[in-house]
Amino acid sequence: MQENLMKVQRIEHGTVIDHILPGKAFDVLRVLGLSNDRSLSILTNSHSKKGGKKDILKIENVELSVQEASRVALISPQATINIIVDGKVVRKFNAEAPKLVRGILSCSNPNCISNQNEPITSEFRLGPDDGHRYVCNYCERDLVDLAKRVRW
Amino acid sequence: MKHVISVHDFSVEEIVEVLDRAEEMVAIARGRTASDLLKGKVLACIFYEPSTRTRLSFETAMHRLGGAVIGFVGTEATSVVKGETLADTIRMVSSYADAVVLRHPREGAARLAAEFSTVPILNAGDGAGQHPTQTLLDLFTIRTEKGRLEGLNISLVGDLRYGRTVHSLAIALAKFGNTINLVSPGGLEMPAEVVSYLKSMGMLGEVCRSPEEVITGTDILYATRIQKERFPDLVEYEKIASLYRVDPELVSRGGEGLIVMHPLPRVNEITPEVDALPQAKYFEQAFNGVPVRMALLAMIIGDV
Repeated sequence: MQENLMKVQRIEHGTVIDHILPGKAFDVLRVLGLSNDRSLSILTNSHSKKGGKKDILKIENVELSVQEASRVALISPQATINIIVDGKVVRKFNAEAPKLVRGILSCSNPNCISNQNEPITSEFRLGPDDGHRYVCNYCERDLVDLAKRVRW
Repeated sequence: MKHVISVHDFSVEEIVEVLDRAEEMVAIARGRTASDLLKGKVLACIFYEPSTRTRLSFETAMHRLGGAVIGFVGTEATSVVKGETLADTIRMVSSYADAVVLRHPREGAARLAAEFSTVPILNAGDGAGQHPTQTLLDLFTIRTEKGRLEGLNISLVGDLRYGRTVHSLAIALAKFGNTINLVSPGGLEMPAEVVSYLKSMGMLGEVCRSPEEVITGTDILYATRIQKERFPDLVEYEKIASLYRVDPELVSRGGEGLIVMHPLPRVNEITPEVDALPQAKYFEQAFNGVPVRMALLAMIIGDV
């Protein structure tokens, strides 16, 4: 047995999403809407060098765009995105939580008009405080269980 | 084009402007003076849900200012039963009228209507969401009765969770610098985001279960209806409802300047014996809906 056996192998090409909030990797996957045939690895509740726990997601042969990365930030605003080419990190950036989310999410309030058969696009704004909460532009309620509210 | 969707869209200065204008409207609202300020204008009142005070006071407001009213109550005789979207109904109605008053069972309906309307939308209640004209008439009543709108001790009593009027009222009163006491049964407390807001403004007073705990220092006791359907057990409902009943005995323990308000309809929250007491202001409060809505209509669709 190798002493330095890695839990999850490094990837040659693709994206590593690091510092995902512990237990949230599956939600990140969901919000990215990746197809089932993708090759990917998930490390959950791993020990972080910075202390505490984190999740890591490695997606082979996919380079996340800044726009896609902002979807990651909907779930985990502290996550970092590493783009890997030929086994090396060629670009590293932080996911930035979008201030406005249009169309991707449906309101968690079942009585909200945006959940009816109306010709509108759902819209959520990032709350003004540090609580990382999104507020529906129509019913003015906080969005709960965000990962479950993604619609594809 | 100015819509009236949520009281949160109004600054303190804008609220004061509406209340000042409402004060000028009282004589016309009482029928002592005639006005043709809105002559030739048409107001559409479309109510997808029942309403007594809000609809009648909007209609009265428009008639008192010389305007005309069209509209419907309930959707049975309209294209809504054929599956017409609210967006299409609003597009159509807004081409017939100079402003649209909308009550709808879904939260956010008025915000949607404002996107599709070519004329101003006035929100007359959207589900458990906003009811801004009720908040404005409550503020008008407080200012009229107490002579000021700041530095008062206000106790909100009853169902503070589902009662849609008390959320925006609490926020508006805090903006004006009033202390808010929250008195409710377990399970019907004020939502956490409203409590946090009151705390952040330094305007949260007592939070307790019984009106007797706060009655002595209260300037305004604002009672709300405790809905029977919120309780699976009728005996439990009766027990709770009786603790929150405003009767002459409770009122007599209040200070000299105490007034009692209620958005109506009441069921058992205020006993009929209170009606004759000088502290009872809920019927004046209901009347105040007319001058306040006149003020809004004049400011939104009037030429001045």
